[in-house]
This record gives sequence, C-alpha cells and structure tokens, in this order.
Amino acid sequence: MRLAGAILTLVIGAPVMIGAALTLATAFSWQPGLGRVDLGWQGFVDAFGAPGILTSLRLTLVTGIGATVLSLAASIPLARWLVTREAAARWLTPLLAVPHAALAIGLAFLIAPSGWAARLVSPWATGWALPPQVVTVGDPWGLSLILGLMLKEVPFLTLMTLVAAAQRPVCGQMAAGRALGYAPGRVWTRIVWPQLYSALRLPVLIVLAFSLSVVDMALILGPSNPPTLAVRILRLYGAPDPAQAVPASALAVLLLAVMAGSVVLWLAGEKAVARLAKALIQQGHRGVSRGNWAAAGLIGAGGALALGALGALILWSLASFWRFPDALPARLTLERWASADWAGPALTSLNLAVASTLLALILAVLWLESEDRSGKRLHLGALIVLPLLLPQIGFLQGLTTGFLWLGLPPGALAVTWAELLFVFPYVMIALAGPWRALDRAHLASAASLGAGPWRRLVAVKLPMLLGPICAAAAIGVAVSVAQYLAVLLPAAGRVQALATEAVALASGADRRLAAILALMQAALPWAGFALALAVPAWWHRNRRGLRGGAV
Amino acid sequence: MTLELIELSLTAPGADAPLFAALSLSVEPGEVVCVMGPSGIGKSSLLAHIGGHLARGFRTTGEVRLDGQYVTALPAEKRGIGMLFQQAQLFPHLSVGDNLAFGLTPKLRGRVARREAVREALERAGLAGMEDRDPATLSGGQRTRAALMRTLLAQPRAILIDEPFAALDTGLREEIRSFVLDHIRAREIPALMVSHDEGDALAAARTVTLHG
Repeated sequence: MRLAGAILTLVIGAPVMIGAALTLATAFSWQPGLGRVDLGWQGFVDAFGAPGILTSLRLTLVTGIGATVLSLAASIPLARWLVTREAAARWLTPLLAVPHAALAIGLAFLIAPSGWAARLVSPWATGWALPPQVVTVGDPWGLSLILGLMLKEVPFLTLMTLVAAAQRPVCGQMAAGRALGYAPGRVWTRIVWPQLYSALRLPVLIVLAFSLSVVDMALILGPSNPPTLAVRILRLYGAPDPAQAVPASALAVLLLAVMAGSVVLWLAGEKAVARLAKALIQQGHRGVSRGNWAAAGLIGAGGALALGALGALILWSLASFWRFPDALPARLTLERWASADWAGPALTSLNLAVASTLLALILAVLWLESEDRSGKRLHLGALIVLPLLLPQIGFLQGLTTGFLWLGLPPGALAVTWAELLFVFPYVMIALAGPWRALDRAHLASAASLGAGPWRRLVAVKLPMLLGPICAAAAIGVAVSVAQYLAVLLPAAGRVQALATEAVALASGADRRLAAILALMQAALPWAGFALALAVPAWWHRNRRGLRGGAV
Repeated sequence: MTLELIELSLTAPGADAPLFAALSLSVEPGEVVCVMGPSGIGKSSLLAHIGGHLARGFRTTGEVRLDGQYVTALPAEKRGIGMLFQQAQLFPHLSVGDNLAFGLTPKLRGRVARREAVREALERAGLAGMEDRDPATLSGGQRTRAALMRTLLAQPRAILIDEPFAALDTGLREEIRSFVLDHIRAREIPALMVSHDEGDALAAARTVTLHG
C-alpha cells in the first residue's frame, strides 16, 4: 500500500511537480545552464511588453471559454436524444478517438477557402473560379479553432453525460415530469440534467483547461499573428536564443493564472445559472412539446463536418492533381502512399502508444489492487487531476530540462514517460469504475476455495475484467497517439511521431503527405478500439455472463 | 473436526449495539445446523465472519474454532472453510469444468488425475459431460449442484451455506436440498446454514435462532 503510493507519486506526481517548478523558476530568470541565477521580474516585463500580447490573451479567453460554453450547451440536447438510443451513442466513440491534430487538419482541408466544401459548391452555386478572398481557417477571432475544439469536446461531454445518466433513474423521472404536463425538453433541462451536472463538473473543467491551453489545434486552425497564448509560448521556447525561455516561462505562468481565473469564473457562473434556473423551475411553465430539433441539427452539422473532414483527408491522400474548383481530384492514385515515409512515424507512434499504455495499465492495476488488499482508498486523486488540469506547455518544457538534469537525455524514453503522465489518468478513470464494481462475492468465493490474493488477482479479477482492461487500453492508445507537446518537447527533434510530423506539415505545401499522416494518426486509435471490442468478444465468446459492456 | 463458535457477536459499522446476542454453538462433524432469525439480524454477516469475508468496519468479539484451531486471525483462503452462496457464484469467465478445477485441492497432482476428479464430481452432480459448458447456460439447480461440487473438491474442513435454495422453485428446492445436505453429511464435516425457509430448518439436525 505504502509502496504503491510511493511508486505512483514518484512516476506520475514528481515529473509534473518538477516540470512546473522549473518553469516557475525559469519565469523568474533562473537559468543555471546559462549561468544566470539572479532572480528578477524581467521575463514578465518582456513578455507583457511584446506586441499583440493583449490580442493573444483575448484570443485565448474567447476560444477557450467559448468552446467550453458552446460544447456544454450542445451536449445537453444531444445527450437527451442519445440517452434512450444506446446503439446511436456508440457512434460517439470513433469521433472521440480521433486525435485533435488529425481532426484539425481534416477540418482545415474542408473549410479553407480552397477547401473541399468550397469546391463542392463551386463554381455552379457561388461563381468562384478561384478560391474566395475570405479568411476561414486562422480567422482573427478564432472561430475555426472553436469549431474544431467543439467537434472533439461535444462528443466527450455528451458521453460523460450519458455515463452519469446511466446511474440514475432517468426514465422514471422523465415519465414523472411528463405526467405533470411538462414538455420532454423541459424535464430534461430543468430536472434531469441539473442532477447530472455534479458528475460533469470535472470533465467540464478538463475541457476548459484543455481549450485554454491547446497547442496543436491552435497551430492548425487558430490565427497565427498574433496567435493564442499557448502557441506564443511554444514559439518562444523554440526560438534559437535560449534566453527566450524566460519570457516563455513567464507567459506560461500567465497562462496558468488565466486558467485558474477562468475556473473561478466558471464556478461562480455555475452558481448564478443555478439561481436563475431555480427561479425558472418555480414558475412552473410547462413548455411546448416539439421534436428535439436542436439534437437533429447538431447531429447533422457535426456529422457533416466530421465526415467531410475525413473525406477531405482521404481524397487529398489519393489525389494526383486537384485543381480548384473541381469537386474531386482529376485522378485517384496510391502513388503518394507508396512513396511517402509515413510508416516510420506510424511505427514510432505505435511503439510509444504500446509502451505508455502498458505502463499505465500496470500502474492502474497496482493502485487498484493495493486498495483491495489494504481495504483503504489511496488518496492520490491529484495524480489523475493535475496532469489534465495544468497547461501542458506549463510543465513539459520544465520537465524536459528536469529529465536532462536527471541524466535522461531527450529521446524515446523521455517521450514515453511524458506521455504516461497523460495516458495514466485516462486509463485509471476508465478502469477504476468496473474494477470497483466487480462482484465481491466472486472474490469471497475464490477465497473460500483456498485462493490467496495473487491467485484471486490473476485467475479471477484480471480475466473477469478483460473487457474493461481492453477498453482502458484502447483509450490509452488514443490518448498517446494524440499527444503533440509530450512528443515535441521531450524529444527535442529526436523522435518523429505522427502527431509532430502531421502538425509540422499541416500548413505547408504538401497537403497529400499531411493528409496521409493525419489519416494514420486517426487510424491507430480506431484500430485500438476495434481490437478492444473484438478481443474480449472472441475470448469470452462462450461466456454469456460476461458479454456486453466492454467499451 | 468440530466447528465451535465461542461468544460470537458482531457490531455493524457505525452502530452502537451488536446485531444479535452473543452466540455460542458447537457443530459436530456430519451435522447440519440451521441458523434462523428475522431478516436484518445479521445471519449473512455471521457466516461472512466465520468464513473470513466480513466487510471492513465491522467490530467483532468472540472466537471461531475449527478442529481445535482458532481461525479468526487467518485470511479467508487459509481457513479451509467452504461457502455456498445464494447466487452460486460460479466464475462467469471459466467453463463449468474449469470452475470445478479452480476449486479442486492442489494436493491432487497430475493433469489426468485432476481432470478425472472433475469428471467424477460432475457425474455425481448429474452434470456428466458438461465440462465445457458456459456456467451462464446452466439452470438454477444445476448451478447450485456445480457450486457444491466446486466447494467439496477444495476439501474444506467445514461448510457454510447462505440460503442457497431460496432462489430455486419449490419443487426443485426439496430435491437439491437433500442432494447438498446428503453430500455434506457423507463427508463428515460440520455445516452451518442460514435460512428463512421452514423446510431448511426441518432438514437440519438442529436449529438455532438469533435474537436481537
């Protein structure tokens, strides 16, 4: 028990704390590597004096808070529609599994002025013979970035709502509300959903933190001059002059303050909305019964954008020559797939994913099993929450420095460890529920037959939990393949994974290669989820008592 | 081999008073004693405590002695006390045969001998040839008999029975009950059963009633 806690704290907690501490120290001009150990405010002065800094701050706030509010609002009617439709809810998984970078590249290829969407309606509907002179991708208000974030976050929040709803008597409450004459939409928004929100708070805050600090999507879809704070920090870290790390770290501290402020604002907003909602509920307006048009519209729009993005990627990866405004390439060919080096980065991403997921599974089992054996809960929730709520850019650069000091040079090992910090929380969240819900009578039964703790773990728990373990592994692979900063910074150019290569090419001239890399980045998690469904189903094909409930 | 309960009492987590008045009882080899009492009195908790499966947080007094050995400090798997649960608790991921093999004592060595022991046990339970069956496809009575065989193959020194017949149809209940109790008597080990059912009480050698 103590040992398990120590291992978990050392492997997950220590790197986060060391990285954050080093970033903080660097922000105050502490760079012993460059012989500077005098602390000062100069970094903050430089950072806040840079041109366009207020625009960056505004962009970060508008895109981060905007994407969170809109995603949460969209998830409410969607969850209401999906809560009674289990089969349809499964379609959320493939969208959830797509890495941010891959989705952003596909979306950019779809909605850019020269994108597939414009080509499909030109020139017959628009009269455009050349790409129109409008800004879509990289617009100065960050609307494309908000759209891209929403495509990822709406499915996530919807799924979290469905998970929370599964533990409550939703159908009974809907029936009770409708029997009192309320429209179904009213019952959902005023009675059912508010009860679910307490379970949604942490996912929403994770979404908020992520949206405020996202880098890969902002590089592809966000404005570039000036960019969001997070992108600005990355550029400063990448500057040839290592002294630029000081203002970069100062901005990272600012970003952390912005995130903390946003969280406080959000929690205050929650209270205000709750008060307003209570007043509305007391009025007793029944509302008008009508179809769930909001959900229908969202599914239509989201589905069109997701399929359009995927279609644009596939077409570009196969295009030989694609002139504007042709709706389709002149000829489809596998030439680029045959000649381009996509297998190398794909293999790297796969190796990183397998390594970090295996380690995360071992840590999660260590945590849960040591709880079982001691009968006490390990109070290490911070290890799950911190890596997800802190800005990645705020501690990964510091962590890279820390790794160097500990004698761990930039490379695959450092990247694996960095990825583990983000893979572990999701694997742990996915596995903890089913693990703790396992019928304890089976374990008592095994013990009464003389099976000790090790035999109970290996012969009863792990095989009975094969489905949830595979599902957790698939989530781990998806999280790992999606990591951008966790590859870019600790690798220092020595590891080329799909995420880093795809983002580097996204704005460049080679759309075909970018499309291939983005498709591969999406394909790895999809393959993972398919395996996670197939393996337990095959293994337990003759075990009716264990079927269902894998992913 | 005698199962002795000495001044045994349980206090639920957060409660002030014990669940029932302290219980002293001695069960002889081959004897089946039925413990009765109103629901909520702690009959299942009593069995869980004897078997070593009691949830954390319970406070206990008294001792359990099996064959002269105090077992209360031992972990469940070292007590040699078999348990039959209300829901047979066959492992859903193992075949019927593997469920029995899981229980079969490690003292019996050799693949052939072990497989033969499982086959024989299934035959005695009227489940001949069902080694590869999914436990989820067995009927309630078949499950209870398979669970009994799994428990007996572990060669327990005593058996606890937690209302294993309650979920069965009335007609079937009689038949399965005598099957289970006859097997236990033949092994000459002490058995303690908790039940609501009058029929169970009549089938047992003795009845003890718990009082609040």
